[in-house]
Amino acid sequence: MLPYKNYSEKFLLIKEGKLSLVENVKFFLSEIEKKKNLNAFNSVFSDDALIDAKRIEEKIKTGEHGKLAGLVIAVKDVLSIKDKPTTCSSKILKDFNAIYTATAVQRLIDEDAIIIGKTNCDEFAMGSSNENSAFGNVLNPTDITRVPGGSSGGSAAAVAAQLCDVSLGTDTGGSIRQPASFCGVYGLKPTYGRISRFGLTAFASSFDTIGPFATNVEDLALVLEILSGKDELDSTSTDKVVPKFSKNLTLDNKIRIGIAKEYFGKGISPEVKDSIDSIIEKLKENNIEIVEISLPHTEYTIATYYILTTAEASSNLARYDGARYGYRAAQNSNLPDMYKQSRSEGFGKEVKRRIMLGTYVLSAGYYDAYYRKAQKVRRLIKNDFDNAFKNVEVILTPTSPFTAFKIGEKTSDPIEMYLSDIFTTSANLAGIPGINIPTGKNSEGLPIGMQLLANQFNEMDLLKMSYFIENKIL
Amino acid sequence: MSVTRKDVEYISELARLKFNSEELESFTKDLNEILSYVDKLNELNTDDIEPLSHPVEGVNVFRDDVVKPSITTEEALKNAPDNDESFFKVPKVIGSI
Repeated sequence: MLPYKNYSEKFLLIKEGKLSLVENVKFFLSEIEKKKNLNAFNSVFSDDALIDAKRIEEKIKTGEHGKLAGLVIAVKDVLSIKDKPTTCSSKILKDFNAIYTATAVQRLIDEDAIIIGKTNCDEFAMGSSNENSAFGNVLNPTDITRVPGGSSGGSAAAVAAQLCDVSLGTDTGGSIRQPASFCGVYGLKPTYGRISRFGLTAFASSFDTIGPFATNVEDLALVLEILSGKDELDSTSTDKVVPKFSKNLTLDNKIRIGIAKEYFGKGISPEVKDSIDSIIEKLKENNIEIVEISLPHTEYTIATYYILTTAEASSNLARYDGARYGYRAAQNSNLPDMYKQSRSEGFGKEVKRRIMLGTYVLSAGYYDAYYRKAQKVRRLIKNDFDNAFKNVEVILTPTSPFTAFKIGEKTSDPIEMYLSDIFTTSANLAGIPGINIPTGKNSEGLPIGMQLLANQFNEMDLLKMSYFIENKIL
Repeated sequence: MSVTRKDVEYISELARLKFNSEELESFTKDLNEILSYVDKLNELNTDDIEPLSHPVEGVNVFRDDVVKPSITTEEALKNAPDNDESFFKVPKVIGSI
């Protein structure tokens, strides 16, 4: 058990000499070892983390330290850290060592956070259950016969199983929020462009975002504040002012919550619905205004999402050709054959499936029918949100229609698997921020998650309402 | 719309992927299922809708074109499957395509 509930408590304990940071890191390392069966980590930086702990503990004692001094963080293995492996949980990058550090990770290091290791995930972040990793499934810490969700399954499991304080994941269609929901932790996907993607291995460039997992809203807010802001190395990162998220969590302005009927239709498990309905009732009792809204194009989100993200992926993953880095097949008689053989041996099945679909929708004769069409529907989906946010500040939905499913349960049917992201892909299509709030457990003891969404760059209201729910409602 | 096994073979060529007969069969089936699902978008009339290619529609981002330090040749070659001192090595190209 950890002797603190959040980072500010941890910091005080260290400062007052009641907690040794070195012992704290040793505790996490021994937990990682003990819970190795979860397969949450692809690599663990034991030596570096202990050296950092000693150094940072000194800094805390002298008072000259960064804003995250001693916060122990695990990083999804799609983000680069110089001279460390970046595998994307793919055979094609199994032996790849990064030659620079991702801006998001660098910002954490600059504030004296300790990076303890890199977490397992679906290959190239493509998946909803962490069953597509070349290094094996991650198990759900609550029930090891079940998936942790995906694609950031290792990051969610690591926080849920107390293998670190906080972790970083990435979210292209729900890959932070859905595993957070399945593992019972908080997870935040920021507005597109809020956090630099430099050093993040590209999956779908107009969808990809980086965000934190934590056990509480305060830590999420603090880490988001550090991660956010303009970066010269990513021209899509925004120069919008970054609010002091962590200092303004008290609900002191009117925040109306919208409920969209399209998110409570058939397919949602009764226990998930009941849990969320009871939260809505309690919010009403606390005089929070609940407004019925409509997001009429909700049923088209998954189709739109899979056309556009696979198209972008097929283009982004063209770089893995066995020429400059990554896996090269032993048998190759000529250059085109080397490309084909290396890619075919290096990529897993789901990645190939998406490259194939993406190549098809971009190919001559089908571009307008699929890709162009989906871009138009993307506009309609974004318009839905623009309209909704004229009347409410936050939208409340389930995060996933169901709780964590059994390993192997959905692997044979791609569409069935894709539908587990039915409530999360819309935020990536519209570029808006979203958060998973763990609301309780079902009769089998499995975590249930609720999602809040806000308009682009309104993470502040999202965090305020989450903080209110965490402290006053749950 | 649906795809045939021959289409899938053609797409795999474009995607620089190689499949055996069984895989071709299974990808043809998968792609057809996914394509029939996404055909759902044709229920919507989108004639007058502008395509949205980027969720945050901003203006172009400019910067001065200044030479800055970049990675070294040594670093660039660090992860190469095959190289000599300053080049990536690949199978012979001339006369092989």
